[in-house]
Amino acid sequence: MKIRVSYSKLGKIRFTGHRDVAHMWERSLRKAGIAVAMSVGFTPRPKMAFGLALPTGAESLIELIDITLDPASGVTADQLDSIADRLSTSLPVGMSVTGIRECAGTEVSLQEGVVATTWIMLVAEPDGGPGIASAVERVNSSTEVLLTRERKGEKHLDNIRPGILELRSADAELMSSLPADWIGESVGHAIVAVLTTSGRGIRPTELVEVLVPASDPPINPWDHLNRVLRINQWIERDGERVDVLTGRPAHTSVSA
Amino acid sequence: MTSLWSRLEPLLARVRKPARYIGCEDGAIVPQHGHGKVAWLLAYPDVYEVGLPNQGLQILYEILNERPDAVAERTYAPWVDLEALMRERGIPLFSVDSHRAAEDFDILAFNLSSELVFTNLLNMVDLAGVPVRAELRSPTDPIVMIGGHAAFNPEPMADFIDVAVLGEGEEVIGEITEVVREWKASGRTEGSRLAVLKALAQIPGVYVPSLYGVEYDGDHIREIKPLYASVPERVMKRTVSDLGDWDYPRNPLAPLTEVVHDRLAVEVFRGCTRGCRFCQAGMITRPVRERPAEQVRSMIVDGLQRTGYNEVSLTSLSTADFSGIESVISSIVPDPTACGAPTVSLPSLRVDAFTVGLAAKVAGGRRSGLTFAPEAGTWRLRTVINKLITEEDLYGAVESAFASGWSRAKLYFLTGLPTETDIDTQGIIDLAAGCVAVGKRHTGRANVTVSIGGFVPKSHTPFQWFGQNGVPELRRKIGLVRDAATKTKGVNVKWHDPAASLAEGLASRGDRRIGAVIERVWRDGGVFQEWSEYFNLDRWLDAMAAEGLSPDFYITRHREEKEILPWHHLSAGLHQDFLWQDWRASLNEFGLEDCRWTPCYDCGVCTGDGLEHIVASPIPPAGGSQGTGQDLSRGGITPVTLRSKSSVGAP
Repeated sequence: MKIRVSYSKLGKIRFTGHRDVAHMWERSLRKAGIAVAMSVGFTPRPKMAFGLALPTGAESLIELIDITLDPASGVTADQLDSIADRLSTSLPVGMSVTGIRECAGTEVSLQEGVVATTWIMLVAEPDGGPGIASAVERVNSSTEVLLTRERKGEKHLDNIRPGILELRSADAELMSSLPADWIGESVGHAIVAVLTTSGRGIRPTELVEVLVPASDPPINPWDHLNRVLRINQWIERDGERVDVLTGRPAHTSVSA
Repeated sequence: MTSLWSRLEPLLARVRKPARYIGCEDGAIVPQHGHGKVAWLLAYPDVYEVGLPNQGLQILYEILNERPDAVAERTYAPWVDLEALMRERGIPLFSVDSHRAAEDFDILAFNLSSELVFTNLLNMVDLAGVPVRAELRSPTDPIVMIGGHAAFNPEPMADFIDVAVLGEGEEVIGEITEVVREWKASGRTEGSRLAVLKALAQIPGVYVPSLYGVEYDGDHIREIKPLYASVPERVMKRTVSDLGDWDYPRNPLAPLTEVVHDRLAVEVFRGCTRGCRFCQAGMITRPVRERPAEQVRSMIVDGLQRTGYNEVSLTSLSTADFSGIESVISSIVPDPTACGAPTVSLPSLRVDAFTVGLAAKVAGGRRSGLTFAPEAGTWRLRTVINKLITEEDLYGAVESAFASGWSRAKLYFLTGLPTETDIDTQGIIDLAAGCVAVGKRHTGRANVTVSIGGFVPKSHTPFQWFGQNGVPELRRKIGLVRDAATKTKGVNVKWHDPAASLAEGLASRGDRRIGAVIERVWRDGGVFQEWSEYFNLDRWLDAMAAEGLSPDFYITRHREEKEILPWHHLSAGLHQDFLWQDWRASLNEFGLEDCRWTPCYDCGVCTGDGLEHIVASPIPPAGGSQGTGQDLSRGGITPVTLRSKSSVGAP
């Protein structure tokens, strides 16, 4: 059986990287005594497929992993809740399972299927110059937002505006729906951004670069990005963006 | 005592590998600080990836946290990027467990596994906000302590540390805790620092450098003597008599990010009496104490379950010598082809076919490469260093390896050994070529990598009197091997930078005057000296020159029998007579058998400390002739005179 598991990654553990998380899953599955199907060959690997990498330093309410269980273990659908509990116990502090379901073999892979993700970002107001709120307005009213990005060692000037699918300040209702301890002592202007993941994709740090005034030497976006949280991942179905887990269309809600 | 986390947090996304600083590992404790508890900060003076797997630190961390009167946290050297941000913002050194400031702890205890980390220790003490020089510390400052193998000659660090602990820590940390607890209870009043140091010096294995005076006669040491009547003249190392009483770590740390030894480690025995004369670890950790095989098995099973690892490393100085090795491996690797079965790694393989058989058994389908350490190129030189491996042993091992499906072998050699000639150096390539020839009978892809390190004489070994080769001489020998390798198909050569060996040699056998050199190197920015990108020999030589000290005197000069060595007042249990005789035997090419299975030759460790070997098997392991049953009658014919030193030379 193949299962699709969603999990959160919050707090100190956000400073681990994507490869680290892969190793944590391998160890956690073994600790929980969940038998995973193995690839064949000299160095058999557990059959796990991860969704889009979460940047080191970013948090998430919805990370995804597909796991193929060992057929010999005979796990049935009604045992999935217990598997979720065992996994949450085994995962490190800051990571816990938020959903689990059987995944048909025909479903598109997470890497290919996800077209956009929603982020909440706490961006520090820059010293001098226009504030974040006006920068958001400027982006929304533009058809072109240029950013220099590096590809294969060469600098390219890209228009990232088409990849910014939504951008606005976060309202109080949305913020109050987030985990209570999430914001902690971090401060900043809270924005909601839906960013494309297709093609080159746009990272939250790249969005920050176009929201704060340019400087020389170039800014470190992490000087301005106090916290960043992924709250949704979207796939496309019949030309519409729907939530990868629930299948709900985008326009009904962006909350977690 | 508050957490520094809120000040650190904004910095972490801006530095490399921020997972180094968050703690949160499986097996990490939630520290319970409290009134009356002695707070230890266990420090490893290198980066997290190198320090986290350190077993000594993990063992002490757990034992201390089990005590009702102690609490222990961990810290590692912050990488240069974070350090710069910390200094810019006035954030002190912190623990990774609860992100507490180092100065909130009573004891700052460093684990020193090599000498090149000495400057990192100074940097971390400074980053903690504690005066780097011990004499400037007040009763409110923590006690700065060192332990580990590189603490056996603590003299170069004498100005910076309060205490050095010689030997194994399992028992002594409790005794130290009790003394420091009393000091805390007394209010750590003005002037009480000397009193607590004197009390600590009463504990066997604890050395307090400031309570000893060193007098010089020109360059040489005339006398090392206690400054107070209550202080022992000689400090003996600590040894736990039975490893079976100490089944730690019980909660091994499994990190959230990749580290250098990313697997479960279970120590199968401590100590080694193969008697390799260059090997400080083998000399200072005697006698051999095996862990009961049943305990090894249960530590493996529990450790794998707790951590979720599927790989275990059976650690020791020569794991194939463990009496229970076959039964342990058979029980944990029932079927190496089975999916999900744990894999076993055996570091430090002995050189023989039996050992390769073990390696084949645990390797499953993997055949990445096997490493052997003949250490010297000819049998003559191997009798000098007492690494008693015959060519038959090596070729038998290699034959077995290639026949079992390996196509790559790595051979470790030391160069710059006593009595070494160019014949011995040529022998390195001859052995490697012989191994390739053996391999070609099995696979056309057979190749051998020769790895060469410059030999650094260490304290408490028979080679402590030997003048280390200078940089030009080491470079010349490495060059000979490289040239010969270009004409030898299937042999590749790798080597370590001889310049780093020179600095290591300076710190290894230095006296208290070297402290000023270490401080200069550190103040000049010389941190992370084990990292080639941060190492610069000029810094060390310039510091020597500025202090008016001669590198030749400290590094390349042969020592005399009557000379008082800087660690004269410190003992690893070995008789001075034994070490000197073994040094003379070495020069006469006399090999010495492994006393585990042959009569005692009284090196001093067992007889002096009421200890004995704990070895389950009364006979040497099958298939291995190393150190036992060899024809050792060939030595002693030509007395050897050491040639005069080679100069240190330019880097």
